[in-house]
Amino acid sequence: MLIPKLAFRNITSAGLRTWLNVFVLSIAFVAIIWVQGFIAGMSKQIMTDLIDTEYGGGQFWHQAYDPFDPLTVEDSHAPLSSALVDLVSTGKAASILITSGAIFPDGRVQTAMIKGIDPAQKVINLPTGVLKRENQHVIPALIGARMAKQANLKVGDYVTARWRDVHGTFDATDVQIAEIMNVNVASVDNGQIWVSIKDLRQMLQASPNEATLVVLNKDIESVPAADKTWIYRDQDFLLKEIVEMIKAKTAGSSILYVLLLGMALLAIFDTQVLAIFRRRKEMGTLMALGMPRGKIISLFTLEGALHGAMALIIGAVYGVPLLILSAKKGFGVPQAMSEMGVAVPTTLYPSYGVKLFIGTILLVMVTVTIVSFLPTRKIVKLKPTDALRGKLS
Amino acid sequence: MGDGALITTKNLVKQYPIGGRKFTALKNINLTFETGEFTGLVGPSGSGKTTLLNIIGALDNPTEGHVIVMGQDTRELKHRQAARLRTEHLGFVFQTFNLLPVYTVFENVEFPLLLLEMSGADRKKAVLKALEWVDLSDKIKSRPAQLSGGECQRVAVARAMVKRPKIVLADEPTANLDAANSHNILETMFRLNKELNTTYIFATHDEKVIGYLRRKVTLTDGQVIEDVSTTPRYPTANEEMS
Repeated sequence: MLIPKLAFRNITSAGLRTWLNVFVLSIAFVAIIWVQGFIAGMSKQIMTDLIDTEYGGGQFWHQAYDPFDPLTVEDSHAPLSSALVDLVSTGKAASILITSGAIFPDGRVQTAMIKGIDPAQKVINLPTGVLKRENQHVIPALIGARMAKQANLKVGDYVTARWRDVHGTFDATDVQIAEIMNVNVASVDNGQIWVSIKDLRQMLQASPNEATLVVLNKDIESVPAADKTWIYRDQDFLLKEIVEMIKAKTAGSSILYVLLLGMALLAIFDTQVLAIFRRRKEMGTLMALGMPRGKIISLFTLEGALHGAMALIIGAVYGVPLLILSAKKGFGVPQAMSEMGVAVPTTLYPSYGVKLFIGTILLVMVTVTIVSFLPTRKIVKLKPTDALRGKLS
Repeated sequence: MGDGALITTKNLVKQYPIGGRKFTALKNINLTFETGEFTGLVGPSGSGKTTLLNIIGALDNPTEGHVIVMGQDTRELKHRQAARLRTEHLGFVFQTFNLLPVYTVFENVEFPLLLLEMSGADRKKAVLKALEWVDLSDKIKSRPAQLSGGECQRVAVARAMVKRPKIVLADEPTANLDAANSHNILETMFRLNKELNTTYIFATHDEKVIGYLRRKVTLTDGQVIEDVSTTPRYPTANEEMS
């Protein structure tokens, strides 16, 4: 019990030196958890938002549909199969009809994808209820905040929309902005104008069950078999790009993490090594008083570990409220990131898992113990006479 | 060299490598120290007195020859055994006091007893007694930074004496002290030497210390050039100072 007793006495008696060490270490704890939580939260939220507002539990695509080819989108629709009609009619799926077109805000022309969706659908989390016609002569339209900003539109504004119907004939009408929605996912917002699918079918002179794709409810249990016209795209396929992007970002953020961790560990290393090397004369005195080398190593290593434990407690005192607050309030993401086409939420909420906490605690504790052990071992290898003189080698 | 000698050095040689060459700090030292001596290793700087003191204290090893301390050849001792020898039988007093800065006076003096795994009650009793010897009973809660140089050295003496060792090795114990504090420390050690029959060996070139010695071993260039018994000039130092 001598070593724990002395270690405890040393750190409680050292006053400012102890608190300096502990404070630096606690910052490392909190910073590492915060950064990792931020990255984990971003990835998790992007996936959740994409599923909630765009991908649902998977989609059936018209065979010609290619979301990255706006030139073929006009020809990428067909009447739904009976199986898909059943799903849509029972609310287990929502059909979407897409055509390319243009709007003319303030006399300017702006290309837009016109998307038709059932106002009563509950499959994806968009406020499509506003698309239900209240007035026989006015087609309500829904746009996102980014689109509203780009086109300088506000609720109640009329804007002329132009498209080509299924026969290739240009047609146009005025639509009224019924609501401007705030959505995290830019791909349902940027350059998009949503109308009722019934209105769009009429505008395109398409058949009653015409659609480009069908979004399945995310809780759907059984998926009907695909056919030649309707190809099933599961969540993995739909999220593939974003998963790849997150992987790329994770690789990038891992470098950032390693750098941050390196900086934190350097701070820990510097503080610990400085503290221990400053005490080499003290170690020499302990040797002269008859303390064996092994006990000196144990004493100083335990002191380092105790610093880590104290830092954990101090870090928890100010870090936990800080982390909870950041998880609740989130962080605003600059608009520029969304405009780059990245489906980044406007507000990011960090996500802290048990694994992250335990991993970080273990990492810092092991590091602080090692950086206490190594310099101590080096010093106690000196002859006691050299250590007493404060010599390093 | 008597058979009951506390410390014996036999053909002791110590060399240090300096710039690719070997510097001989001690040359063929043969000395014997008996229980209860109050002896000084005297000589100018670089004469080898601190080196000899460190080797006697098992803090350093000789290059050649042997040092037998209480029947143990220090050259044969492993680190742990040398540490045990120091813990049980040796006390050190350093020129720069070497107190543990974060500990109180009580804790500093208590430290050697912790290494001996003495019980709490016995430790407290022994520490209070040691502080009484050096007249620092009123400073037990002070830290070294709050003490004068003389008080620090008295704490160091108490730390060296608290376990009642057979031997106290003091390296220039008065070098950082003024005359009054030097005499105070030396009188304390002189008294404890008489009361407890502890062997004191000093490394010094301070005339004040030399004035208290009963034996003077003079070293020059690593060799013993004189080893004589002396009569202490300062058993009543306070009277002289007053």
